[in-house]
Formats: sequence, C-alpha cells, structure tokens
Amino acid sequence: MTAMFLGATNLSRRQFLGRAAGLTFAVGVGSKGAWLVADAAAKTEGYDIGAWVRIAPDNQITIITPAAEMGQGSMTGVPVALAEELDADWSAVTLEMAPADPEIYGYGDPGNKRMVIAGSRAIRSYFEQMRFAGAQVRKVLVQAAANEWGVDAATLVTEPNFVIDPVNRRSLSYGEIAAFARIPDVLPAVARDELKKPRDFRLIGKPVARRDIPAKVDGSAQYSIDVQLPGMVYASVVHAPVQLAKPASWNNDEVRKLPGVIEVVALEHGVAVVADTFEHVLAARSTLQIEWDRSAKAHGFDSEPMLESGYMEIMQDPASDVRVVDTAGDGGVVFDNATKVFKADFRSDYGYHAQMEPLNAVARFNAAGDQVEIWEGTQAPGRSRAAIAAALGFDVSQVVHHQQYLGGGFGRRTITDYSIEAALVARATRLPVKMIWTREEDLAFGMFRPQNLQCVEAALDDTGRIVGWRHCVVGDGDSLIYSGINIEDYYAVPHRQIETRGTSHGIRLKHWRAVAHPFNLFAIESLVDEMAVAEGLDPFAFRRARMAMTPKAEAVFDAVEKLSDWHAPRPEGRALGLSVSERSGSLGAGVVEISVDQSRGYIRVHKVWIAIDGGIVVQPDMARANIESGVIYGLSSVLKERATIKGGAVEQSNFHDYQLLRMADAPEEIHVEFLDRDTPPTGLGEIGNPFIAAAVANAFYALTGKRLYHMPFTPQRVRAALSA
Amino acid sequence: MIKFNVNGRAVAVDTDGDTPLLWALREHLGLTGTKYGCGGGFCGACTVHVDGKAVRSCRTPLSAVAGSDIGTIEGLSRDRSHPLQKAWITEQVPQCGYCQSGQLMQAATLLESNANPTRDEIVRHMNGVICRCGTYTRIVAAIQRAAKEG
Repeated sequence: MTAMFLGATNLSRRQFLGRAAGLTFAVGVGSKGAWLVADAAAKTEGYDIGAWVRIAPDNQITIITPAAEMGQGSMTGVPVALAEELDADWSAVTLEMAPADPEIYGYGDPGNKRMVIAGSRAIRSYFEQMRFAGAQVRKVLVQAAANEWGVDAATLVTEPNFVIDPVNRRSLSYGEIAAFARIPDVLPAVARDELKKPRDFRLIGKPVARRDIPAKVDGSAQYSIDVQLPGMVYASVVHAPVQLAKPASWNNDEVRKLPGVIEVVALEHGVAVVADTFEHVLAARSTLQIEWDRSAKAHGFDSEPMLESGYMEIMQDPASDVRVVDTAGDGGVVFDNATKVFKADFRSDYGYHAQMEPLNAVARFNAAGDQVEIWEGTQAPGRSRAAIAAALGFDVSQVVHHQQYLGGGFGRRTITDYSIEAALVARATRLPVKMIWTREEDLAFGMFRPQNLQCVEAALDDTGRIVGWRHCVVGDGDSLIYSGINIEDYYAVPHRQIETRGTSHGIRLKHWRAVAHPFNLFAIESLVDEMAVAEGLDPFAFRRARMAMTPKAEAVFDAVEKLSDWHAPRPEGRALGLSVSERSGSLGAGVVEISVDQSRGYIRVHKVWIAIDGGIVVQPDMARANIESGVIYGLSSVLKERATIKGGAVEQSNFHDYQLLRMADAPEEIHVEFLDRDTPPTGLGEIGNPFIAAAVANAFYALTGKRLYHMPFTPQRVRAALSA
Repeated sequence: MIKFNVNGRAVAVDTDGDTPLLWALREHLGLTGTKYGCGGGFCGACTVHVDGKAVRSCRTPLSAVAGSDIGTIEGLSRDRSHPLQKAWITEQVPQCGYCQSGQLMQAATLLESNANPTRDEIVRHMNGVICRCGTYTRIVAAIQRAAKEG
C-alpha cells in the first residue's frame, strides 16, 4: 500500500472532512483525554481537532501521519498504534503526511503543541494518543453495527476491518458500516483497560514493512532537493568562512554579468547567487568575491589550543560560569574522607551532522507576493513555518508548507535557516527558487556538536563502594554539553556534584544525535572501567558490587552479558569492552569486540551486542534498524569525525577531510536484544549511539593496556596512546 | 547540444560540456533519483552507470559521456523487480534513503561481474558509497540475498 505527501493541490482539512461518503474522524491529539472529535464538531471552525482517520465505503482507511520521516520509520510506526486499536486491516490503510500545523497534529499540551521530531520522540510522544484514538473509532463502528443488527454491542467482536457477530454468524466490513453509520455527537469514552492486551496485538510488536521503503529503492522518493516547479531557477549561498560574519561588499557587477545569472541577493550571513541552471550557479559562486565585516565573535577563535589548554584554565578559574546540573548529599566531605579517589580528564572534538542530503529548500511566492509555498524536509514543521513567516514579516497562514522526505536529520533539520534563505531569495527574485547549499557550504556553515573537556572523579569508601561522584564539563553551547550526565538513571551514587562551566566562541552549535550523551558517557563509562581494572574486578562484577545499580540497569547488564557471551574466550588479538547509556527513557548496555592494527593506529570494531529496555517495542525491525544506525553513527564519531576551527573558520571542507565511517570500518555483526516489557515505549532513535565510545575505549584498554582520553580515536591519537 | 542515451532512450542536453553529468540528469532531464551528496566524488550518492561501469556523476563532465549509454536508478528496473531492489525491500535496507540509489547502482555492477561475491569482495566494491544512517550491515545482507535469489 501507499504513503503519500500532501502536495500543493491536496486537501484542506475541511475538504478532507467533507469529501465523499464514509466516516471521517477528527482526532484530538492532546493531554485533555478527549481523543476523538465527532464529525459535526470537527466541521466547526476553531475546534481543537487533530489527526484524521477516514473510513471509506470501499473499506479503505486513511490515516494522517504526523511524524517527519528521516529514515527512522516513524511515519509508519506512529499510525501502526492507531491501526492496532482500531483493528484495521493494515493492507487497507493509506497514510498521508500531516500539514505543518502543530496545534492540530502536534503532541503535548494544547496551546503549546509541537511536531518536533527529535530526541527519539515520535513513537513515545504519539503512542498513547494514537491508541486511544484507534480504540474510540473502533467503538463507534461496533456500536453502529450493533444498532443495525439490533444486538448488544458487547456481544460483538472485530477482526481486521470487520465487525463480527459470532452468535448470529454475520459480519459487516468497516466500509459497509461507514456507508450508513453516523458518528455520535458525543463520542464513547475508552477506559484504559479497554485497550488491547499485548497478547492480542496484531501489528504492535509484529513485522510491518515501512511504507517509505519501496520509493527509496527506485529513486522515486521525493526529497525537497528533487522538487521541480515550472519556471524554477536555482540559487546557492556563499556564507562567511568565519562563522556568522556579515557580507560588507562583493563584486556584484562582475557576477551579475556571468552567463545565466539572474540576481545576486545579500543575506544576513551570506550572499546568494541566482541563475537559470545550477551549473551556472556553481560557476558564479566560484567567481563571487566577498569582503566580510570583522565584527563576528568567532574571529580569531582557534579550537585546538582552546580544547588543549584553554578549557582547563576555565575549569580551574573560580570565577567561571558554573551551572549545577545535579547535586545530592555532600560531595566535598565524601571526597575528603574517601579511601580512594579516581580521577580522569577527557576531551572530544566538534562533530558535524553530515546528513547526506545537503541543506536545501524550494520556495515560490504567489503573484501578489503575499503568500509563499515552501518545500523542505524538516524535523520541526511547525517551528519552521513560524520562523519563515517571521523572517518575511508574514502571518503563519501566509506560509504554505510542504513536508518532504528528509535525507537525514540528526538534529540539524530542527532549525530552518536554509529555508528562510530560500524564501528571501524567492521574494527578491519573484521566481520559484530551488536553493541548494553545496556540501562545502553545509560543512562551513554547519552547526556543530560542541567540543569539550570533562573532569570526572569518583570516591570509594573503605568497603570499596562508589559513594561520591563529581563530573564537570567545560564547553560552549549551554544545555548542549550536559545531556546524559545524570548517572542516577543507572547508578545510585549517594553523593553527587555534576556541573558545567560554560564559555562562548561564536561558533554555531546544535543538537547532534543524542546531544551530549556521546561524550559524557565516554567519560563516565571510561572511568568506571578504569576503577574496575584497578580494583581487580570484572567490569560486570565491579558494577554489581560497587555501584548500586538500578533494577533496570541490572537487567540490561545481565542481558548483554549473556547476549555477548562475555566470559567466553575470544580469538587472539581481539578484546571486549562494556558500557551503558540512558537516552530518552530507554536504557541500553552494550559490548564491542575490537582488534587494533597497532602500526596504523587503526581500531576495528568487529562485533557489537546491545541489550535495551525500551518499553513496548512497537516495530521490532524498525527499532533494530534504529539501533544499528545509532551504533554506526556513534562509531563514526568515535573513530573518525573531527571538525576544527582556525581563525573562526571551519578547517574541513568535504568528506575527504571530514571522514565518515565507511562499510570497511563497520562492524560485521550487530546483535540487538530488546527486553520483553509492557511499559510505555521509550525512545530508540539514539540509544544505539552514546554507549559506544567508552565500550571501544574499554576494549582498547583490555587489548593494549592503554587508555584513550580524546575522542575521536584517530590513528594519530591511537599511536600516541600506544607509545605513551 | 550533447547527445547520449539514458536508460535506453536518446537524449540531448543543451548546456556547457563541463557541466557535471549529475546536474544534467537531475535538473535538465528530471531524473532526480540520482543524488547530490558532496560534488567531489567522495560519497558516491551520485553513482550511475556509464557504458556499464559505475561512475560518480558529480565528477563526470557531460562532454565525456557524449554518445555513451547511461544507466540511472530509474532504469534499474521498471517495477522494482531487479534482484537487488527486491532484496533491498526484503532486508528493509533504506533509512533516510538518500544514498540508496548510489548504493544500488554501485552494487549492480558488482553482481554483473561476480555472481556470488564474498563479504570482503562486497565491502571492497561498496566502500566508496557512504551511508550516514549506517545501513551497511543490511546492504551486505541484501547483496548476498540478491546473489543467492537472483
């Protein structure tokens, strides 16, 4: 079956409600508990109504799906929960992508709903609402059939897309019911215990193919970069090499005379060239010479000395900008009275999202110039639409937004600077514009995972138990440096002092898959391993004996110990490393098996095992794919990825000097186990990522007796560690 | 005007000879299944077939393909029936999907010359095409499946 995106000519919600015969349900997605809105109420303007379910007389069901699809499968996974409780025949379900209207299609509290798909949020944010909505639709259908037959609804059951009367051996399809039924003005309530029991699930936890995949094997899946409009022209922007500098002057007349060039448009942080073809845009880009103003904060900033020594000065400066993230007990006394203290410093470099589709958008104004259409792939359709409107001085209603497939998101597509540029260029030229950043532009004007220094200390009492924990992160980016730092989700250490010391360099920063978890877990789990070795205990035994794990943590550690067959001997030249991570409510413990080519300084991860408590797993294969993806994404940053800033400018320019993990570097095997749980689903889009840095570093120690303290573990750093 | 064949059809593109084949395919001919990833031949998202060989279309000037036979993802099969496409669906390979045209076109030339590749041969052949979502293990599984199931 199909999935489709609403295009310029697709239906408004009133048209959707009014069209054809059948039943149309408006679903209130909110925290008020009123999930479904009756047909009549939904047709009233201004009613707070949400995602649609439409049942047509031909027994076809349409569900509007609200989550951005960037490869994680949510456009399929979210409506599966609704279809499950509706007892829909999934093969009769068509999906339509929701418009960018968070108050209708968002999650959260009315007045503050969001469609942002980030932080592994899609399934866990929509799951509950979708289930109740599906159950309520089913109840309406069953009651309509009961009325038609003159029987008690309690005697009826459903099979996919059918209401069955087992006593009188008859049935009606949902489509047949839709042809005669009316939706009551007051919808039946659904109590929690009326939801299906896990043993009755037909779709949740069962293999359901992703709807976007067929179009992704024949080139027909449409990303915004693929949009073609009549009369469309092309644009690209040259941004300042020094981040956030502004253009002062440029060779406008010269560039304007180049073949095909239509316009040169000044933007806040760059200059756009517009031409009839993209090859003419590229030629004009290379001719464009821009003088930049010198007022940008990033001027003169060099990231390497700052990370090497500058951050330690900030760490030790009593006047630095301290933010306490978590505090408990009395850290100072515990450390003063400690029998042993372990302490280590860790560093990690800037990371780039490197989504495969370079940032781009298509924009078209109407003839009057008072409405713009935007085609983009965004993780935050509502926020993007509002930001574009604000940049143009428009009301949100003047921005018509067309969500497309995302060629990767990873946090970068939660902000819409590129689409704003496309809109401004389209307004300046009064022509439909496809605006594409080159890869070099995407990297130079990137928004990075911040580099940072971390100091971690642990205090052991006279029984060897970890009683005190101090962790301080120094870096730019405020909240972008402390996620994942709260160890209480898995280790019950009674005395804790966890803080950051902030600074600012004028470099653009953004959430990067799992935000600060990757580097914070690197530090935390490396130190735990160091202590286990020093205390002469197996890493599992040390955590169990000395760290008072939460029951959830015990369970994932037990599971991965078994899954990886931890105690079995490994081939010569191989070793194992263990680590754990919480993310978005999920908890995962992972083991890697590595080898090291010592002369090349090359670490190879051969096998990965990870055991995860993610609550109910709505779609096991999609979930596994998300974990595999997180593992590879994480490993790429652990082994390869490194952005540096010199004089305020990013030094790397493309994938030859900003290296990503390739197939030859990827593990041969990734084994994922989800613990069997019936608790609400938690996030799985990122839980594969943060554990892996420490797991690799700990395996490296097991194999070589040396520690790695600076991520990524480049060949140069590996060789330096080996000769230390 | 530069003339060549794309997926068995004769085409002519009116632009400069140094225009990369990638942009001619995508923007002049509307064959947008071939993707722009880096423009430098580093990522392989733009991989197409030129006279049966896998090449990076972002680094191939149009002048170099005059008279050539070009194959793109749109021509791999009419109906997703190529063994690799079937295997890609069975193994649920794509995630964001943006690199997958390049992956499939690269893989197709392997199976042309080697009906039963080993894992090492697959990795060596595929290493130039980056997948940021990390579908590598599934790509290997899908190529092995396609080789077996034909």
